[in-house]
Amino acid sequence: MELTGAEITIRCLQEEGVEYVFGYPGGAVLFIYDELFKQEQVKHVLVRHEQAAVHAADGYARSTDKVGVALVTSGPGVTNAVTGIATAYMDSIPLVVISGQVPTSYIGEDAFQEVDTVGITRPCVKHNFLVKDVRDIASTMKKAFYLAKSGRPGPVLVDIPKDVSQQKTEYSYPATVNIRSYTPQTHGDIGQIKRAAQLLLEAKRPMVYAGGGVVLSDASKQLTELVRLLGVPCTNTLMGLGGYPADDKQFVGMLGMHGTYEANLGMQNCDVLLAVGARFDDRVIGNVGHFNSVPRKIIHIDIDPASISKRVKVDVPIVGDVAHVLADLLSVLNSSKQKPDAAALKDWWKQIDEWRGANSLAYKNSSEVIKPQYVIEQLHKLTHGDAFVTSDVGQHQMWAAQYYKFNHPRRWINSGGLGTMGFGLPAAMGVQLAHPGAPVACVTGEGSIQMNIQELSTCKQYQLPIKIIALNNRYLGMVRQWQEFFHGNRYSHSYMDALPDFVKLAEAYGHVGILVEKPSDVEGALKEAFARKDELVFLDFRTDMTENVYPMVPGGKGLSEVILAEDL
Amino acid sequence: MRHIISLLMENEAGALSRVAGLFSARGYNIESLNVAPTEDPTMSRMTIVTSGSDEVIEQINKQLNKLVDVVSVMDLSDGDHIERELMLVKVHAMGEAREELKRIADIFRGRIIDVSDKTYTIELTGSGSKLDSFLQAIDHSLILETVRTGASGIGRGDRILKL
Repeated sequence: MELTGAEITIRCLQEEGVEYVFGYPGGAVLFIYDELFKQEQVKHVLVRHEQAAVHAADGYARSTDKVGVALVTSGPGVTNAVTGIATAYMDSIPLVVISGQVPTSYIGEDAFQEVDTVGITRPCVKHNFLVKDVRDIASTMKKAFYLAKSGRPGPVLVDIPKDVSQQKTEYSYPATVNIRSYTPQTHGDIGQIKRAAQLLLEAKRPMVYAGGGVVLSDASKQLTELVRLLGVPCTNTLMGLGGYPADDKQFVGMLGMHGTYEANLGMQNCDVLLAVGARFDDRVIGNVGHFNSVPRKIIHIDIDPASISKRVKVDVPIVGDVAHVLADLLSVLNSSKQKPDAAALKDWWKQIDEWRGANSLAYKNSSEVIKPQYVIEQLHKLTHGDAFVTSDVGQHQMWAAQYYKFNHPRRWINSGGLGTMGFGLPAAMGVQLAHPGAPVACVTGEGSIQMNIQELSTCKQYQLPIKIIALNNRYLGMVRQWQEFFHGNRYSHSYMDALPDFVKLAEAYGHVGILVEKPSDVEGALKEAFARKDELVFLDFRTDMTENVYPMVPGGKGLSEVILAEDL
Repeated sequence: MRHIISLLMENEAGALSRVAGLFSARGYNIESLNVAPTEDPTMSRMTIVTSGSDEVIEQINKQLNKLVDVVSVMDLSDGDHIERELMLVKVHAMGEAREELKRIADIFRGRIIDVSDKTYTIELTGSGSKLDSFLQAIDHSLILETVRTGASGIGRGDRILKL
């Protein structure tokens, strides 16, 4: 039987087991929306802005191991989606974004709502397609899902002109996919893995540095087993939090610009570094020259060969899926007669514990003004460290990362690479839909939340009981902090005047709003919010206006050139 | 250092812009780039001449390989290879210069492929430096236009870039 392109598109989503599509209708996707209407298997979530559609699909994907799907119209639908797509691209999140396009005969004529979608999105997708023939829709959709999920995951965009969605053809969904130019390597080279094992066994000051790749490859179990077997300290990147249990004694905290003293000094001073699904980015190792000034052997496991030796020269590169490589590494280590150097490790831990003694995350609590760190600690306590926590970007993001101790992967959902303000709330929608009934907190600031505040309306429509934890310091806090440190206290446009009454705003959208001004009210307010299981609660915490995030490795500095709270 | 990189890619709309976009987005140099279909009409072969440190060249190779449309990549500079470039030069050819240009073209094994009463168009093939030498050998003021393809390259002997 012949089906239309639109019908085929929806059939493909059904074949892929897609549960939710996040989208916004428009002229070029009307036929696709018509087909969505005629079926029930794929549920559509109507957002209020296309950026939010992509972030919601992204949150859905990050908190599950599935591909997130977004559907937008041509022109502004696509340009609005670009920030979401770039966010997913930087963090390697598997998405399929379907966009409508003007009819093929109009392409290039500056038609109404026409943009060069494939051109605009090219630098921020893993791959994209313009489908010009209805007979290609099914195979393109199959490829899109395969590309998004396999290898180093990422967003894939499929642009479908309106006439193509209307035309008819025979439909059959391909059972398999074969792309001759795309063959990601999943298993690591066993010779390299043996070299890595030898280096780790001989190391005097070994360190494991694990990133988002561990989460994406669902390799937490293997990582934990390896770290324990070797008896080494383990640090996580911002993207890797939860990849190793935070309450484990071998965990030394997050590293990088706002990482712990022990994680950063461990990273700087180790003699053998095992990097797992991480990419040595500037916010993690700071100044490359400074990092390289200390000799150490580096083993780097990553599925993307281009991530290896990009910023830092690596001694033992291992290309492969982190989960597979770690499993192979474990079996090599387990069958080896040699054991780690216990005496050297003891000295190394002594050193690590000394750094730990600096207690770099300590802060002075107050009974007068709410400290943002305290809010996160209370959130952690109340949710037993088991909530899904999304965040926006800025100080609140760093405090959430530092003080909410993540013991499980896929619980911490944030825009690490692109640093997209406005990510938190729509991402939380995707998370909540993927995990109905689970506690979902969106830790945000009064700046970030306003970048996608309209999604409160979506939350009402779909009854998403997200808890918004707004750390409202009336400043674009991270900007203010940099201005204090590096720009002579000239707070250029970082103060937010004329803020809305968030309680009333939440109420206007049909939700519950609570204003919290006193430290003694923090715990009670959080309890009340989470007790309201079926309601979205917007908690407006008026926090200390001038609190800074410590420790801090200033941009361009080395990991040991850290500013601690006590230094000031 | 100068490198000549050859690649096979899907002969699809947009494939060229993915490669060109990669170079501009990551700040890599392109000295020349040429592309045309191969004996297999589903594939194009591209030759890129670029330059950079060893680290940069390694990244260029990896990033090219990462593009979904790119089937395979070979850095021809890693081994024995042959490079050729085609140049068409239109020169002002009157009076004494007419004879002289013919002579120099012969020396460089060029061919005159178009003649008018005032001009010659000379076709010349060779390495980039040979083409440069030719341009230096003739009177610069006589050159009306030059068109160069950029280098194409192929490995010697058993060095074969195939699917």
